[in-house]
Amino acid sequence: MSDLSIFDVNPAAGAKSESPLAMTRVTVATVASPAKAGVVVREHAFQGHLILRGRATDDQFRAGVEQALGVPLPLKMGPLSRDEARGVSIQWMSPDEWLVIVPAGREFATENRLREVLSGHYAVMNVSGGQTVLELSGPAVRDVLMKSTPYDVHPRNFPVGKAVSSVFAKSSAIIRRVAEDRWELVIRRSFADYLYRWVLDASEEFGVYVAS
Amino acid sequence: MSQRNRLDKGGRIDRSRPLRFTFNGVGYQGFAGDTLAAALLANGVDIVNRSFKYARVRGIVAAGAEEPNAVVQLGATEASQVPNVRATQQALYDGLVAGSTNGWPNVDRDLMGVIGKVGGKFMPPGFYYKTFMSPASMWPKYEKYIRKAAGLGRSPKERDPDIYDHINHHCDVLVIGAGPAGLAAALVAGRAGARVIVCDEQEEMGGSLLDSREPVDGHPAADWVAAVLRELAAMPEVRLLPRTTANGYHDHNFVTLHERRTEHLADIAPLQDGRRAVRARMHRVRAGQVILATGTHERPLVYANNDVPGNMIAGAVSTYIHRYAVVPGQRLVLSTSNDHAYRAALDWREAGREVVAIVDARENPDGDLVAEARKRGIRIITGSAVIETRGSRRVSSALVAKIDVVGFKVRGSVEELACDTVASSGGYSPVVHLAAHTGARPEWRADILGFVPGKVKGMIPAGGVNGVMALAEVLADGVEAGCRALMETGYKAVAVRLPEVRKVREGKAAALYQVPHVKPAMRAPKQFVDQQNDVTAAGIELATREGFESIEHVKRYTGMGFGTDQGKLGNINGMAIAARCLGQTIPETGTTVFRPNYTPITFGAIAGRHCREFFDPRRYTALHAWHVEHGAKFEEVGQWMRPWYFPRGNETMHEAVQRECRAVRENVGILDASTLGKIEIQGKDAREFLNRLYTNAWTKLDVGKARYGLMCKDDGMVMDDGVTACLGENHFHMTTTTGGAAAVLDWMEMWHQTEWPELEVYFNSVTDHWAAMALNGPNARKLLAELTDIDLSREKFGFMDWREGTVAGVPARVFRISFTGELSYEINVQANHAMQVWKALFEKGEKYGLTPYGTETMHVLRAEKGFIIIGQDTDGSVTPEDLGMQWCVGYKKPYSWIGRRALTRPDTKRADRKQLVGLKPLDSKMVLDEGAQIVLDKTLTIPMPMVGHVTSSYFSPTLGHSFALALLKGGSQRIGQTVYLPMADGRVHAAEVVSPVFYDPNGERHHV
Amino acid sequence: MLHIYCPYCEEYREEEEFRPKGEAHIARPAEPEATSDEAWGDYLFFRKNPRGLHHEQWYHAAGCRKFFNATRDTVSYQILETYKAGQQPTVTAAARAAQAAGKGVAK
Repeated sequence: MSDLSIFDVNPAAGAKSESPLAMTRVTVATVASPAKAGVVVREHAFQGHLILRGRATDDQFRAGVEQALGVPLPLKMGPLSRDEARGVSIQWMSPDEWLVIVPAGREFATENRLREVLSGHYAVMNVSGGQTVLELSGPAVRDVLMKSTPYDVHPRNFPVGKAVSSVFAKSSAIIRRVAEDRWELVIRRSFADYLYRWVLDASEEFGVYVAS
Repeated sequence: MSQRNRLDKGGRIDRSRPLRFTFNGVGYQGFAGDTLAAALLANGVDIVNRSFKYARVRGIVAAGAEEPNAVVQLGATEASQVPNVRATQQALYDGLVAGSTNGWPNVDRDLMGVIGKVGGKFMPPGFYYKTFMSPASMWPKYEKYIRKAAGLGRSPKERDPDIYDHINHHCDVLVIGAGPAGLAAALVAGRAGARVIVCDEQEEMGGSLLDSREPVDGHPAADWVAAVLRELAAMPEVRLLPRTTANGYHDHNFVTLHERRTEHLADIAPLQDGRRAVRARMHRVRAGQVILATGTHERPLVYANNDVPGNMIAGAVSTYIHRYAVVPGQRLVLSTSNDHAYRAALDWREAGREVVAIVDARENPDGDLVAEARKRGIRIITGSAVIETRGSRRVSSALVAKIDVVGFKVRGSVEELACDTVASSGGYSPVVHLAAHTGARPEWRADILGFVPGKVKGMIPAGGVNGVMALAEVLADGVEAGCRALMETGYKAVAVRLPEVRKVREGKAAALYQVPHVKPAMRAPKQFVDQQNDVTAAGIELATREGFESIEHVKRYTGMGFGTDQGKLGNINGMAIAARCLGQTIPETGTTVFRPNYTPITFGAIAGRHCREFFDPRRYTALHAWHVEHGAKFEEVGQWMRPWYFPRGNETMHEAVQRECRAVRENVGILDASTLGKIEIQGKDAREFLNRLYTNAWTKLDVGKARYGLMCKDDGMVMDDGVTACLGENHFHMTTTTGGAAAVLDWMEMWHQTEWPELEVYFNSVTDHWAAMALNGPNARKLLAELTDIDLSREKFGFMDWREGTVAGVPARVFRISFTGELSYEINVQANHAMQVWKALFEKGEKYGLTPYGTETMHVLRAEKGFIIIGQDTDGSVTPEDLGMQWCVGYKKPYSWIGRRALTRPDTKRADRKQLVGLKPLDSKMVLDEGAQIVLDKTLTIPMPMVGHVTSSYFSPTLGHSFALALLKGGSQRIGQTVYLPMADGRVHAAEVVSPVFYDPNGERHHV
Repeated sequence: MLHIYCPYCEEYREEEEFRPKGEAHIARPAEPEATSDEAWGDYLFFRKNPRGLHHEQWYHAAGCRKFFNATRDTVSYQILETYKAGQQPTVTAAARAAQAAGKGVAK
């Protein structure tokens, strides 16, 4: 009898995957080019999302995570641990919970790698089908975020590299500032249509461009 | 039409931009920069409304938010109607259409005016209570009439074409009010680099400086305002919000600001770059420090007939002259208790109109402004006051008499002065409203004869609201407030030079509120305290005589301060009158509190973007597009949109559900079960945690198996249920109800974090990660076999087992669990891959009659089996045993699991508790109403003892009759009895009490 | 709209992110089966409703999903401290009384 059931939920070949936004239609007026847009919206679908649980006080756990993922485990709320070139990030969600995002299709290998190096009390859970990432860029993104979340997104409180979970419209989202004018929202699948259309609606007055 | 009261020069209006507008159907012209009130006064419009109760004609009294009378209905079209707009705060735009709010049938000829003329004897305070309250049955008729007679505007009947939104801010310093104090404070805070928001309710920032007679740094004060605003606007961390009213001051320095973004431009927001602009915006500000620089409201004096058009507050006269170049009359009498109001007379004289007299309540006024008035030869009548004005549609004269302020009586003969305007001033009340929103009681300051704000953590009052009145001191107070705010928020102040301002010496003001009359208040012509609510001094006196001693009771009895103006002009006067009548001081009498909003706010701004499609989030499954394409009707379950049923052709819901039910019982059906809550559990203590959480035992559940579980709260009442599968020794997959998913996860976290942190277990929601498809029916195995590599044989994959494999090439966990009583497989795949699996099932399923079904069919099928739905068949007062689910209660488990202890309390052991039973209506076609009450004797009349109620009720095509589940007192002992269900229409249904399991009681259909 | 310091996120957050969970420090009796009906009833149903200092449990629902406690003045609505689950408050009615007594003259 095994302790855990680990299996790759991605088909070996020929999968016709649909992102959480597959059915969503853009109903707002958009601008013709990104250059004219106050906000450019782009979905980064199908990435690998893993929830990692464990004890931050456990040296072996911290070292193991860094060994497996190549970026250090963030130990407090805020700073995102991220290697943009490899598309790997770790976000502090809670004192014993992190969100790991890896490139599409890498989630099972990443989970296995973590399980190889970790021991004791920890957990890895695949949530890749349950969330997606929206990238917002452009000069008006901060205004759109201010319309949407009560969290303070001013640069003095939200420097590049910060990531928080907060209320977003009438749902919630993870908000990450990945560059000066570039932000990411990690949103839940079932709320994706609502949140995406909310973002477009709130962006419309600044000129919004939907990038593919 | 000519603007006969408009001056040829001066003011802050743009004479090169004339604007047309319509008031009560008459066309007028004003200028850009006017408010509607200024433009009406310029055109000599005296009557703007009828009063609320007495229907007396009313004119414009003030120039700002405190205006009680000029409350208008705005809007050129039905869709753009806005009620209760203060004409004094509405900027004029070309094509503006406004009308009086009150007045039936119209403002000039009002039926209710008869009552108003006859006088207060017929409508004392409590008139409506006293007159209309009995008989109660007549109230609806009275109410209809009263509403029509009173009225306070109307809402539009058509959909608002405008858009509104909210925006969240965090700042170091929020400055409320951009007068001299606010601007000085903002400058200090802005120069230090703090994040600053400055809001001001007026069209232009500058406050009292815009109508000031005093130069600042040797130039007109407005120049200094412009220079400061330029500097502030250039600061990246300073945000200036004109036309923005701080409407609510909430806990921990959270302030809501209402910004009117396009209301000064047009009726409906204009297009910008082809996009509709936001009409109004609610700013939700969390401020480190709030600098309250809201200034003061001038108090009018309370004298007889002080509501006849032509009676105004003194400061408003100055404002109209300075800002709008409008002199609202020809011949002015000023009645004052203080020096400051002399400005009105001086401004009036400088505008070239006649000042008949200044009537000063003080015997020996001697300030600089008094001297200036004397120097100009203006007649000053000392120790006196205007005790009454005459005139029906406009003031024609003022009665002036010597008065004894302390003794509250008229001392000498009465002189009648011909005039058309009476300006009055009884002093200046700090605008404490916002501070009072926080619960801070205003504090009386005898030296300024006014209430100042109570202490609020993080709030710094500055300027007039702080009881600082002289301009030089106001500016200094603003600078000091700015410095204090910086200190509190950790910034270093940069030196700010105070501008040079002449020091104007002012004498001490007299404490005059209500002016005595030769007749007692009850007999004198009406002396209005609150013009919007028609509250008179006599009314307040009567209230105190009738025993209303608390100011809050006086307020509620008389209606004082209940209008849309919240008694901004009248409240202090009302309190002073109540104090006098009760023989108390004003601080002893106290003040009423104020609540948000400071001024009326459009519902659009409150709703913001959270309306229409964004009113509430709608959650969708990965298969939603297919459901839409296949004509599903949807049901909202929590926020989820779930297919309710899939009608074919012209099928009714009943027909569709009957067909879907038969398909599942006879062939195979499929349900999108993705909305079920799913929680992944990992950790070596996972099993122990489940033992404590669920009522039943989990110790012996093997890997590869699943089990139904019930959860109780610690009071022993069922809170949720679902199937949990053992994925590994330390690994479980839990399902919850659709509606309970978030609550169950929170519940688990709470117990883990606060009671059992020693258990090594982690949980996480995987609801959205997995899509779930429940394949149900005798053909389920045959269909699934065509698409899976899993061995579906009964021996290898039995009931309540789960297996891993692929379905349509997609990795899947398949659970052999059943909510219908049929052979059933619940296929779980990663949600991104769900659509292809679902479509593959339909490709292969046609020959088996695969039918999609919705929640309604699911309900019928599960109810036939007596399976409960949490929240439908339970309501938080039902134990597992009440449900007949003793089999699901593990009394022998070693740990006292959640709910166990409560299940041995005497109350949960009572034999006559409501228990789940089945009901079979004697009329087999009759579908009982869910919620219908059950009685034991059909001959009873109301009130009758009710012994239970129907929780679920359907017609079953499989059984061929209707059936219901019900909670019935002592139900398990009543099987075979007949009970009755009296309906509201007088019919009484009869039903037999039966087992709640109607179909396949031995479970033979799913054990195949 | 309270502004609440989450002791886990170590930041002030808006009230919208939190859910109140009632009185803090309601410990489940260690031996439920040995607890009298009355004591069990007290544990289930009876809660304090003080005017003044109150220790409350809060849940950072939209943030870190951790439960913590807050000492809040139910009159002024000021939150005097927040502390993690399992910890004890430092601002208490008793501590205040002792402090006042220690200073001699209470303001």
